[in-house]
Amino acid sequence: MKNQIKFPVKALAAIGVLLTMVGIMAFALHNDNAPVSKQLVVKKDSIASVKAFKQVYTVLMSARCMNCHPSGDIPLQGEDSHLHTMLPKRGVDGKGVYAMKCSNCHQPANTPGLHTPPGNPNWHLPPADMKMIFQGRTPHQLAKQLVDPNQNGHKDLKKLIEHADDGLVLAGWNPGEGRKLPPISHAAFKKAWITWLTTGAYAPNGK
Amino acid sequence: MTSITVNGKQHQIDADPNMPLLWVIRDIIGLTGTKYGCGVAQCGACVVHLNGDAVRSCVTKLSRAAGQQVITIEGLSANNDHPAQQAWNEENVPQCGYCHSGQIMSAAVLLRENPNPSDADIDSAMAGNICRCGTYLRIRKAIHLAAELQRKEGASK
Repeated sequence: MKNQIKFPVKALAAIGVLLTMVGIMAFALHNDNAPVSKQLVVKKDSIASVKAFKQVYTVLMSARCMNCHPSGDIPLQGEDSHLHTMLPKRGVDGKGVYAMKCSNCHQPANTPGLHTPPGNPNWHLPPADMKMIFQGRTPHQLAKQLVDPNQNGHKDLKKLIEHADDGLVLAGWNPGEGRKLPPISHAAFKKAWITWLTTGAYAPNGK
Repeated sequence: MTSITVNGKQHQIDADPNMPLLWVIRDIIGLTGTKYGCGVAQCGACVVHLNGDAVRSCVTKLSRAAGQQVITIEGLSANNDHPAQQAWNEENVPQCGYCHSGQIMSAAVLLRENPNPSDADIDSAMAGNICRCGTYLRIRKAIHLAAELQRKEGASK
């Protein structure tokens, strides 16, 4: 009789633990702040993917992102993305050349005041052997490029998702005085970025 | 108190860590060879070497230089005989002279990293140093001469 009572209690406890775990996992999979490993499930949906990429594209083509992803070897500057004054060069590692290294002017943090250099400890362009150009790329071209490890800095899906929180990416939303922010918040960008990637990273139609 | 080493000499600086390094060098330590031009890293008059890099001291905070090695125009050579200084003298480069400590400090980094710079290399390295008198052609000529002097010095050692 004693054993007959004990058995259902154990079973119920086990079911309870299982349900709790399933609940936690379900929550984690729908939480953008969950660890990247929890966000790696790809559920293909070309319509949702292309829709999300349209938002991503508006951010990547904004001055805050595109100015350091130029088509040439000179960074861009300003809301109109003109060539950076003084014409600093990319250099092999993306950190400039000789007396014109990025960090000679760009400090670890934004310099106060208008028309002063914005700052970040890791200020640089993509390196010469992988320029990761945004300027002039169509949505189709940029989407294809972003998921190609030979053009995206050898990033796989996990690293691409992590890149949304990269220090220089975040710096786009802390651009220093007098500079416009990207068109949507970082949270909205990250959500669109992860949605695009985890629904198959489809490229919009076109060339 | 912030400790910095300027031209090989250690200094304890009692100042706001956000103070521009240029103010520390000129107003506290008293080395006035480095000039104030624009104050926003646009002209290059204030270039000094921070651990060998040609930083603009008007926007570089004292805190960035803490515990680091700073070289100013006064410390570039023992007897004002760095190849760039000799070449500047030989070619009579300066007109008003205000920008030239910055120019020479930038040129010294170029010459260290590229002992035989082309015109294009010189333009790339010096594009951030503005000269209101327009001495650019003499600057370029002097850098070529400095490279030659540097090579001769190297060969004679």
